[in-house]
Amino acid sequence: MITAVKHDYKGEAVKIGFTGSRRPERARLGPITGILSFRWIVIAFVLILWFVYYPIIDNFVVSTKNQDIFTGETAYVGLDNYRRLQSDPVVGTAILNNTLYAVISVVFQVFGAFVLAALIEGLSEERWRRFWRAVYFVPSAISITVTGLLFYFIYQPDIGLLDSALTQIGLADWSRAWLGEEQTAIYAIIAMSQWQGFGYSTLLFAIAIQKIPRELYEAAIMDGAGTWRRLWNITFPLTREMTGLMVIVTITGAFQVFNEVMVMTGGGPNNSSQVLGTWLYQQGFIENDFGYGAAIASVIFVITLLTGFAQLWYTKRRRVDL
Amino acid sequence: MSVSHQSRETERTDFVAVLAKVCLVAFLISLGVVVLYPLFWMALNGFKTNAEIFGNPFALPGGFSVANYIAAWNQGIRNYIATSVIVTLGSAVCTVLVSAWTAYGLTRSKLPGKPFFVGIVLGGLMLSPTVAVIPLVRMMQDLGLYNTYWALIILYTAFRIPFTTFLIRAYMLGLPRDLDEAAIMDGASEGQIFWKVTLPLCKPILVSCVILHVLFAWNEYLFAMIFTSGADLQTLPVGLTSIMAKHGTNYAVVFAAMTLSALPIVMTFFAAQRFFIRGLAEGIGK
Repeated sequence: MITAVKHDYKGEAVKIGFTGSRRPERARLGPITGILSFRWIVIAFVLILWFVYYPIIDNFVVSTKNQDIFTGETAYVGLDNYRRLQSDPVVGTAILNNTLYAVISVVFQVFGAFVLAALIEGLSEERWRRFWRAVYFVPSAISITVTGLLFYFIYQPDIGLLDSALTQIGLADWSRAWLGEEQTAIYAIIAMSQWQGFGYSTLLFAIAIQKIPRELYEAAIMDGAGTWRRLWNITFPLTREMTGLMVIVTITGAFQVFNEVMVMTGGGPNNSSQVLGTWLYQQGFIENDFGYGAAIASVIFVITLLTGFAQLWYTKRRRVDL
Repeated sequence: MSVSHQSRETERTDFVAVLAKVCLVAFLISLGVVVLYPLFWMALNGFKTNAEIFGNPFALPGGFSVANYIAAWNQGIRNYIATSVIVTLGSAVCTVLVSAWTAYGLTRSKLPGKPFFVGIVLGGLMLSPTVAVIPLVRMMQDLGLYNTYWALIILYTAFRIPFTTFLIRAYMLGLPRDLDEAAIMDGASEGQIFWKVTLPLCKPILVSCVILHVLFAWNEYLFAMIFTSGADLQTLPVGLTSIMAKHGTNYAVVFAAMTLSALPIVMTFFAAQRFFIRGLAEGIGK
């Protein structure tokens, strides 16, 4: 912002040198050009306020009402829908599943991806570095619907790859209907999600690692620091901001999960793999209980808002550090 | 004596280094197989007959007949791809154009109170589609946009403006202002400067933004599922689940359909990898 002011001012000063007489006129037009400048942002702000901000507010209004699907009448019920949340066992399962999603994703897609990116960037030839980054990224480019369906088939006992592979390596006892059993369904979905997403965060870490000055590593090698020491004492501290951001982004994403659960199990069996997003869909659009669905949405909103603030705080702190 | 000792030492470190390197490469290759094999399996199953699919899953198909692919193409994929292309390109153009305007207004114009408006745009990054979906249904019905292309184009645009504006704004802040100043001296208006000076300079980030948007819109599922219901208006991700529901027992066609819907985006990624990575690098703050 400050540079903008400075530059405008400089532009103005240069202009005076050329056509000094026009200065008063421009000063008079100042406020008008300021208001005219709204035309650059007006479309974006109409769209954002109308379709992004307003629905969030409206969501709270909807959550305090119940609509009778037969008569179409709506009644104000206050916080009843939120009280229902407390006594709904599936909400508990869903929050637990979202939390599992977050924890496992942080382990694999943040810390696992960090180590993998460091290993790839440690390769000596750029050709191979580019190759591996691209290979691991491929699943991230494909829609979750496709990968979800693909793993739906992979997990099938009759035609799937997984059980067949387990049988061939002598672990036939381990084979099961991964998505059909309450104990394994959510883990099977989370595993698919790791398979799909780790390449994306690996790529982001690789970009962050590339920004570290090479001299630091050369100096460390001169001092006799081994691979792990360099990883721990140089790469990790210098990509810490990135790591922090990735943790926050991953947690936010984990609480918005919808697509893969919807495609692979629809929340079943027996609601064991429900997450907040699919339970919202189930209540709002299958049971047509908009009020209760909106209350579930509010829970997602509060959680993502908290992680969002954590992200803003983190980004701001990083800017100050640099 | 000391020389031979030293050489033995180097030999040993060489051996350790080679062993580490071999382990690393072996690890990278196995991980690569885990990542790519399921995708090959998907494409291969598209060539199999249903009976072969129920046989050994690791076996190769008996022949490479494209019958399943043609069936999948004719039984819906063609329409779904057409819809996806319309919605993706429509929303990509809208998003990038509106975001470029906004970024320009937020960096170069004489707009008063810029930090406030920047705050509103960035705040939009925190709001997720899942939370807005129930109120949006009624809103779209009231607007008469429910079950139209426009519902998706407008929503994809609105929800992606914050992120895209954020990327373009960051890029514009880093651009030199000499050209702007020269244009002002030549008497160019703000509008002329935007179209003739700033926008051409921003081309690299605009390309990255288009690619990131295409990746998002092509794969989006929640809005596409809720705001379209007719088969003519379904995008690929939603269409795939309907194919799955319709041909639930003819797995080979489903596999072919999945492969066909993954192919365009994977090819786009490889073709535009450079721009894509730059877009990600610029947007790392998100």
